[in-house]
Amino acid sequence: MVATESTVTSQTHGIISRAILAAKMREFLAPESVIADEESLRPYECDALSAYRQLPLITVLPSSIEQVQRVLQICYELKVPVVARGAGTGLSGGALPHEHGVLLSLAKLNRILSIDPLNRTATVQPGVRNLAISQAASHLGLYYAPDPSSQVACTIGGNVAENSGGVHCLKYGLTVHNILKLQVITIEGEKLTLGGDALDSPGFDLLALMTGSEGMLAVVVEVTVRLLPKPERAQVVLGAFDDIGKAGAAVGAIIAAGIIPGGLEMMDKLSIQAAEDFVHAGYPTDAAAILLCEVDGTNEEVSEHIAVVRERMLHCGAYEVRTAKDDAERANLWKGRKAAFPAVGRLAPDYYCMDGTIPRRCLPEVLDRIGELSAQYGLRVANVFHAGDGNLHPLILFDANQPGELQRAEEFGGQILELCVKVGGTITGEHGVGMEKINQMCSQFSSAELTQFHAIKSAFDEHGLLNPGKAVPTLHRCAEFGAMHVKANQLPFPELERF
Amino acid sequence: MLDRDDTDALIEQVSVAIRDKSPLKIGGGNTKAFYGLETSGTVLSTRQHCGIVSYEPNELVLTARAGTPLAEVEKALADNGQMLPFEPPSFGVDATLGGTIACNLSGPRRPYAGSARDFLLGTTIVNGRGERLRFGGEVMKNVAGYDVSRLMAGSFGTLGVILEASLKVLPRPAKTTTVVLLYAPTKAIEQLNKWAGQPLPISATCYGGDSVYVRLEGAATAVDKSRRLLGGEEIDGNEFWRKLREQEHDFFDSKTPLWRIAVAPATPPLALQGKSLIEWNGAQRWLLSDAEPSEVRNVVSAAGGHAILFKNGNRAGDVFQPLASGVNEIHRRLKLALDPHGIFNPGRMYRDL
Repeated sequence: MVATESTVTSQTHGIISRAILAAKMREFLAPESVIADEESLRPYECDALSAYRQLPLITVLPSSIEQVQRVLQICYELKVPVVARGAGTGLSGGALPHEHGVLLSLAKLNRILSIDPLNRTATVQPGVRNLAISQAASHLGLYYAPDPSSQVACTIGGNVAENSGGVHCLKYGLTVHNILKLQVITIEGEKLTLGGDALDSPGFDLLALMTGSEGMLAVVVEVTVRLLPKPERAQVVLGAFDDIGKAGAAVGAIIAAGIIPGGLEMMDKLSIQAAEDFVHAGYPTDAAAILLCEVDGTNEEVSEHIAVVRERMLHCGAYEVRTAKDDAERANLWKGRKAAFPAVGRLAPDYYCMDGTIPRRCLPEVLDRIGELSAQYGLRVANVFHAGDGNLHPLILFDANQPGELQRAEEFGGQILELCVKVGGTITGEHGVGMEKINQMCSQFSSAELTQFHAIKSAFDEHGLLNPGKAVPTLHRCAEFGAMHVKANQLPFPELERF
Repeated sequence: MLDRDDTDALIEQVSVAIRDKSPLKIGGGNTKAFYGLETSGTVLSTRQHCGIVSYEPNELVLTARAGTPLAEVEKALADNGQMLPFEPPSFGVDATLGGTIACNLSGPRRPYAGSARDFLLGTTIVNGRGERLRFGGEVMKNVAGYDVSRLMAGSFGTLGVILEASLKVLPRPAKTTTVVLLYAPTKAIEQLNKWAGQPLPISATCYGGDSVYVRLEGAATAVDKSRRLLGGEEIDGNEFWRKLREQEHDFFDSKTPLWRIAVAPATPPLALQGKSLIEWNGAQRWLLSDAEPSEVRNVVSAAGGHAILFKNGNRAGDVFQPLASGVNEIHRRLKLALDPHGIFNPGRMYRDL
């Protein structure tokens, strides 16, 4: 199951030998920063979506912006594909190497360059870990808000590429809302400054366009992020429900009360049990669903809002409502949620994590349908849900050693994503399209929309050298995919030739 | 309140413009005509394409057609205890949602809540090939495809015609109050940014005429406590902030060129002649000045910011800060990618776009 589809753009790629390319890079990179032997390349063959593996031609680890520029200039001259990589924690295969390409690791660009307390910004290199920014700003009472679950390991450069969110993004936004300025290197090797020190910059919003572009438009080499004052207090309420629909109603009721919680998470029965068995968070294992609602802000505001949240949960039928008494209990309640993925991972040899987002009101309908699909495919599924913002993470359990199970899991996952699109949502809320969801892009977007994406890509990278084959499918790929998934007897992309 | 889908007619007008290679001048309520460079072209009006398409208060999402009056959107939200968090200025009763997004205009709450582009979840547009395209959506998180929606915000109609916009909305705060304190300019900017780094329920600030205005919003108990903490004189700020947003304070009543200066908020007062009014903790500074545009731009550039000739002055000169050459080249190519025939508002932002 190796995904190395040739793309339309691949026709323009030059094929160059590993030895020649490595020698060119060693002209300006330290010997240990150019990896060209198979054994040492092995750690770079995949990101956190390990079902997709591919050795790159070479891996380079530049340690300065100038070196990144030279790497890209060489690749541009020789028409060699480039895949940028941060910590490799991505879940969609966005950093999957290209077999004829350079894997450009930004891991050595890992310094925090400056922190400006009064302007509340930090300027960092792309290889700085997400959590390290908050740690470095902590003594000033400031922090960087987006907190993807992988924040101890994932890097800010990867966060920009994926527009990463986290459990607090309903209130504090995604990466795009929390960065001010980027230095990027184009495929031609030119350095551009996007955004600025002010809250806006002249011209088109290239900062927004770059955020979430999955390494397709340019390579990020410096990021200036906004820092926020740490909330005075945060408190968590756990609500247990005997019916997942009631939990969903409670989410709507909390928001209708005018409260935007810092975090609002839902877990279903299988996730609750898995998390409880794994970390003993004290979850009620008989519940059909639990809600974790964190309220943060000033002391007084938290007190007012906690009372309202408790009342709304009870009103919506919670049979138990528990408020964390102190930080230790709060951390414990979160521990179960944050460990949900590995906890579910203990239930089966493998799991496949989906990332659709849906309008919240569709939750009961979508969960019912996922249950039906689970029975149909004979694969169990645990559901973890960023309930506040509608981002659903069904975890499909399977065993890759059983013939056909991986394919079944992938097909099941594809069905879930198409269901998300059908109810008005999206195939990816925060993990990105990468290699993994490239086919489902054909369900979400029309051929005219995909063509527009390709035109935008060409404005930055006319030869298609940056991360080729990812994020935006070719129309031919969609035509092939569509031939397998005919919906309501309507052939997608009828204007395209079939072959 | 009209509910009218004029998509077909708008696409037809774009198709004709493509065929005739004839530029279009996109407009809604024409309340922002003063902003940007003067342009010519056949008027394409979005006024007939109007109405709220969907609004689910509990989902915190509203979708409306471009020609929907901004006031109608705000009324619908207020009826449900919600608001557009970026507090956009309207600059006239005819302001439309489409124009607000195209100009990416945000008001006093911007440094705390975010800008128009920050709350834009999705758009439907007509591109320069006459195709109706939808990007983003009606959900809070969506990373499928490039963020073309946010690219549309602030592009002044130069990349396409916005047909619909979906916005994240938020609950109105339970309580609001405003305090006024006396400060000298340098100290004021420093103090505003110190407060911004503390967990206070501040939602807007302004500095003008030796007075710092601070708006506190949130849970009643939190607002009351911070109000005591900050001290100063309490005023009923609603009218003050509305007039600030709409530029109706006496400060703005002038024919002198009005510059909008955007810098890092804590930047000390700039050495420029003229009258100034400071918003957004110092990140947005209004300057009434007859200084040479080149002088204003040089001083602001040296401070790491950019300057827009917002109103009055020479509308045929550079209104927006010229772009660095590499960034300018990307702009040129993006314009071609979305509007290959150059029919949408040519020259409204920059003469070659």
